[in-house]
Amino acid sequence: MHKGKGMKFVGDSRISAEKKANMPKDYSEYPGRTEAFWPNFLLKEWLVGAVFLIGFLCVTIAHPSPLEGMADPTNASYIPLPDWYFLFLYELLKYKFASGPYILFGILVIPGLAFGALFLAPFLDKGPGRRPHQRPVAVGMMLLAVASVMWLTYESAEHVDWEARAEANKPVASVEVDKEDPGYKVFESNCMSCHGDSLQGGAAAPSLIGIDRSAEEIMKIAQEGTGSMPPGVFKGTDEELKQLAEFIVSVNEQAK
Amino acid sequence: MLQKLYDWIDDRIDITPLWRDIADHEVPEHVNPAHHFSAFVYCFGGLTFFVTVIQILSGMFLTMYYVPDIENAWKSVYYLQTEVAHGQIVRGMHHWGASVVIVMIFLHTLRVFFQGAYKKPRELNWMVGVLLFFVMLGLGFTGYLLPWDNKAYFATQVGLEIAEQVPFIGEQIKILLAGDAHIVGAQTLTRFFAIHVFFLPAALFGLMAVHFLLIRKQGISGPL
Repeated sequence: MHKGKGMKFVGDSRISAEKKANMPKDYSEYPGRTEAFWPNFLLKEWLVGAVFLIGFLCVTIAHPSPLEGMADPTNASYIPLPDWYFLFLYELLKYKFASGPYILFGILVIPGLAFGALFLAPFLDKGPGRRPHQRPVAVGMMLLAVASVMWLTYESAEHVDWEARAEANKPVASVEVDKEDPGYKVFESNCMSCHGDSLQGGAAAPSLIGIDRSAEEIMKIAQEGTGSMPPGVFKGTDEELKQLAEFIVSVNEQAK
Repeated sequence: MLQKLYDWIDDRIDITPLWRDIADHEVPEHVNPAHHFSAFVYCFGGLTFFVTVIQILSGMFLTMYYVPDIENAWKSVYYLQTEVAHGQIVRGMHHWGASVVIVMIFLHTLRVFFQGAYKKPRELNWMVGVLLFFVMLGLGFTGYLLPWDNKAYFATQVGLEIAEQVPFIGEQIKILLAGDAHIVGAQTLTRFFAIHVFFLPAALFGLMAVHFLLIRKQGISGPL
C-alpha cells in the first residue's frame, strides 16, 4: 500500500484517490484443493440451501402448526407441558433427588453444572490434542450428557398421548347462534337443559359445535339417543325435528 | 449504468474492501462436501444461520397480524391461521423453524465439540456460541407463550414457578419476566412479546456479528 508522501485522497477524507485493483489473495499458499468462497462455493451452498428450504416448506405445508383453545387460567384440569426441547429439564424435576426438598439440585445445581461446563469447555479440556480419543474425559462427559438429555426427553414424551391431547384441546370456533331460528325454539324446549343455551355443552352432554353429522343422523340421535344420551329425549312433531336438525347443521357449517 | 453507480459510490466511501473482505477467502478442502462427503457436518452452522434468517423474516411478517394483548392475541393467531392467505404457511415456518433451529444448533455444537475445534485460539468463539445457544432457548421459551393458547399459558406458568424457586433472586426474576408476583396475565404477555421481539433478537444479532467476525478472523479449524 502506498503510504506517506504523494498520497492523494478523495476530498478531505481518508479514502485514497488512486484506484488499485482489488487483487484476491494468492491461493497457492493454501494446502489441498481449495475453492474460492465467492462465487463458486457460495453458489453450491445456495443450492444446498434451496433443497433444504423445499424440504422445510413441505413439512410446513404437510403439518399445519398446532394451536389449542384460547388460554383459560381457570382451567384447573389442564396438564402443562413445555415445548419438546425443554422436556428433559422438566423430566429431571420428577426424580427424587431433584425435587421436593432437593428442588435446587433439579433447577440450579445439575443444569448449572452441565451448562456451565459446556460454556467453559475450552478451559476444562485444555490438552493440545483435538482428536476425540486424545481427550477421553471430555468426550465421555459429552456422550453421557447427550445420552441423558435424549433419555430424559424420551421418558417425558413417551407417556404423552399427543393425538388425544391435541384433540381434547382443539380450539372451539366461535359461532353466532341465531336465537330467532325456528330450530332454536325446538332446541330450547328439548335439548338446552343438557347441551347449553348456545350448544356449548355442559356437565351432562357434549358440545354440539364442531360435530360432523348429517341432518338425518342428528334426527336419529335426537329420537334414539347415543352414548349416555337416552332415547326419547326429543318430544315434538316431525316438522319440529326437521327444523332442529337443520338448525344444528347450519350452526356447524358456520363453525367450519 | 449499475457499474457507474457503483463506481460513483465506491469513489466516495470505498466500499470495495468491505465486501471483498467477506467474499475473497478460500474454502479449504476438508470442509468442502464436494471433495469429502463427510464434510457435510460443516453445514450445520450455516444451516443454523439459514433457519435463523427464516425465523427473522417469518417473524417480521407474523407481527403484521399479531396483537400482543390477552383479549386479541389468540384471536389474531387464529385469524392468521384460518383466514389470512398463506398465513398458515408463514406461521408454520416460524413454528417449525423454532424446532429446526434448535436441532441445527445442537448438531453444530456437537460437531465443534467432538472435533475439539474450540481449543486455542478459538475459546472465545466457543463461549459466544454457547451464549447464542442460550439466547435461542430464551427465544423458544418466550415465543411459546405468544399464541396465548392453553399449552402456552400453562407451560409459562410452570416455567415461572420454577424461576421463582431460585434462592434470593427468584421472586425478582419472576416479577421481571411476568410483571407480577402472582398473576400470569396481560403484563406477562406484553413482557414476553418485548423480550421475544426486541431484547433477545438484539442480543442475538450482536452475538452473531461477533461469532462471524471471529470465524473470519481466525479461519475454520484445520483438519483433524
